[in-house]
Amino acid sequence: MAENQKQNYLTHPKGIMSWLLTLDHKRIGLMYLFGGIAFFFLGGVLALGMRLELAAPGNDFVSNDTYNNMYTLHGAIMIFLFIIPAIPGALGNILLPLMLGAKDVAFPRLNLASFYIYTVGALFVMYTIISGGVDTGWTFYTPYSTTSTSNVIPMTMGIFVIGFSSILTGLNFIATIHKMRIPGLTWYKLPLFVWALYGTSLVQITATPVIAITMVLLILERLLGIGIFDPALGGDPVLYQHFFWFYSHPAVYIMILPAFGIISEIIPVHSRKKVWGYKFIAFSTLSIAFIGFLVWGHHMFTSGQSVFSQIVFSFITYFVGIPTGVKIFSWMLTMYKGQVSFTPPMLYALSFLFLFTIGGLTGIFLGAVALDIHLHDTYFVVAHFHYVMQGGTIIAFLGGLHHWWPKSMGTMYNQTVANICCLGVFLGFNGTFFPQFLLGLRGMPRRYATYDQQYAELHNYSSFWSGILGLSIFISIMNLLWSLRKNNKLDPGTNPWGGMTLEWTHTTSPPHPHNFEEEPVLEHGPYDYDKVIVEPTFKK
Amino acid sequence: MSHDNSSPKFLQHHFHDVEQQYETAKLGMWAFILTEVLTFGGLFVAYVVYRSWYPEMFVGANLLLDVNKGLLNTIVLITSSLTMVLAVWAIQKKNQKLSLFMLIATFLFAFMFLGIKYLEYSHKFEVGQLPGEYYSYMGPEIAHLNNPHIFFSIYFIMTGLHGLHVAIGMGLIAWLIYATAKGNLNSEYYTPMEMIGIFWHLVDLIWIYLFPLFYLI
Ligand code: HEM
Ligand SMILES: [Cu+2]
Repeated sequence: MAENQKQNYLTHPKGIMSWLLTLDHKRIGLMYLFGGIAFFFLGGVLALGMRLELAAPGNDFVSNDTYNNMYTLHGAIMIFLFIIPAIPGALGNILLPLMLGAKDVAFPRLNLASFYIYTVGALFVMYTIISGGVDTGWTFYTPYSTTSTSNVIPMTMGIFVIGFSSILTGLNFIATIHKMRIPGLTWYKLPLFVWALYGTSLVQITATPVIAITMVLLILERLLGIGIFDPALGGDPVLYQHFFWFYSHPAVYIMILPAFGIISEIIPVHSRKKVWGYKFIAFSTLSIAFIGFLVWGHHMFTSGQSVFSQIVFSFITYFVGIPTGVKIFSWMLTMYKGQVSFTPPMLYALSFLFLFTIGGLTGIFLGAVALDIHLHDTYFVVAHFHYVMQGGTIIAFLGGLHHWWPKSMGTMYNQTVANICCLGVFLGFNGTFFPQFLLGLRGMPRRYATYDQQYAELHNYSSFWSGILGLSIFISIMNLLWSLRKNNKLDPGTNPWGGMTLEWTHTTSPPHPHNFEEEPVLEHGPYDYDKVIVEPTFKK
Repeated sequence: MSHDNSSPKFLQHHFHDVEQQYETAKLGMWAFILTEVLTFGGLFVAYVVYRSWYPEMFVGANLLLDVNKGLLNTIVLITSSLTMVLAVWAIQKKNQKLSLFMLIATFLFAFMFLGIKYLEYSHKFEVGQLPGEYYSYMGPEIAHLNNPHIFFSIYFIMTGLHGLHVAIGMGLIAWLIYATAKGNLNSEYYTPMEMIGIFWHLVDLIWIYLFPLFYLI
């Protein structure tokens, strides 16, 4: 036992090469985690820079050109280098095999390859930044993106490359979920996070090829003038928008489904109650993934779409709200009469419920054609997608990070500091983005460095709170890292929240290099708090 | 954790048994095939859109392609699919030599395909039937047609991407030849051959769509 206590995946084997060439999903997950957080920081600095510029109406700090570069890089980094890879790549990688009782993912080498492909893509993006940036916005709409003199090619090349990493991770996870479960772990006994990863992976492998080929066509359009998207050569710029949103609407589910999965884990564990409506949550994941492929046109209501398409896309868009609403109600009913404890992960989960609901409901506003024609390309859209992507995905990511930190790192952060930071994030987030709904309603367009005096007060307010938001996130990450200091190890048997899934009940914290000392035997379902008592244990 | 001595050396440590490893590989391969279909699917949409925009131009421009070479290539590729199937069949039947022979034949057919494609492409380069801005051919057959460069853009992108797949397939088959010759692949373990075989059939199947789309209709 004494020897086993020392053997965990973090310390065994040793040496830098054992990390760089590791096939261990947990180590690969950690590399994704730290890569992702580094890009989160970079994207965050750009965001705060923009808010600084926007604190007052004129060109106070940066030129319009610089501003255009800033929002493009901010969007592209956050979406393609952080949100899309971070949850599946980091938390998904670390947890999926553990939750299935497996020794590793189905294809460990492919897993490492996807990490390096991600790195190569990231290098392209870094090259774009040092060689002068790109100013098209993260959507790269033609015809501007085919004529802009900025560095469109390295940036879109980077996105193309990262697409492969995303596809390979998705493919790996699908094979893992189908084939690597321990005997007895049937589909309905899977933790809901696994269902969420399954839905995400399906979208990753089906939607990503389309963005990859779109980026190729865009690059060729710039290099060879192929005439597919360029109207001067007989092409159709709107076709680009179809291609782009055929991927990018499903991609918003690549971003949010894993977050749903995290919330579905945090809420039952920290309420000590069986999840309400397991099958509802599981199947709503799949139906969201499916319906998500049919609604891309709602981004194009103002692109000259026919009234008929507008009606159809608007109608189908509302259907997305149904499975999403089902989930929200299931989570709330799970908490009902549970023993809710206000731990950091739970506070993040509660913030998620509040913020994501606002984001989802404003999506319904935007899905209504008449309203969208007014609100399209205004700050209302900016507020909407920040409520879902930051208020939803990033808050869930932070919650998941706090939930599984003791499991994956074997240390516990200062929970009071974490709670205060969570409150700071919640207030800072609302303070930053709620005013933007009002700005958008009053007609403030997105993607401008300067604005009319009438918007000054709300913008100033938004900028102030963005400082609080940035600071809170920064401190919360520092708080996590600070827990890694010497002599702060937890007892390997720690199960601080009393989790019931295999990663909590059958392996140490941090886990054994091969995950489990011996293959786990399933004793109960993932959320059987009504049948079995698993006490939280917390020992230094 | 070490596995007991009875497990064969090709069994990777994270699988229980050979069957699980095989089933997993197969599922992964089919998922990959799905992504390939969607990649070409995106280009196929572009084809359909522009065909519906410029129907006469498409009909006119396809006459500039060399149907005979296209047909020959179709036959070559279908034959190579057949030799690939035979290679897998032979190794199942413990006939390593025949399997090796069939793999080499597949490789050579693939090479032949690319050779014929090269002849076609170089002719197009000579007369200027090229994608987009590089298009310069002004022959009488198409003088009255709008934007023929778009046809050639789509033609070169789709057949070029397909050609890239053939080249990658050749690399994979070369590796199979090496592994079979060394005896690493044998009647007990030939999963990679089967998987690369699936990939090769896909490459063949895509061509079977491309040929009529560009050369015939
Ligand atoms: C109930 C669910 C949702 C509905 C009905 C919905 C609806 C919409 C609509 C109609 C637009 C287009 C607005 C416009 O450009 O005029 C939009 C924009 C957007 N949504 Fe959502 N949405 C939902 C959830 C989400 C989620 C979960 C995410 C991401 C995690 C997301 C991310 C975005 C983004 C990034 C944009 C803006 C894209 C851009 O132009 O840059 N949405 N949404
Ligand atoms: Cu959308």
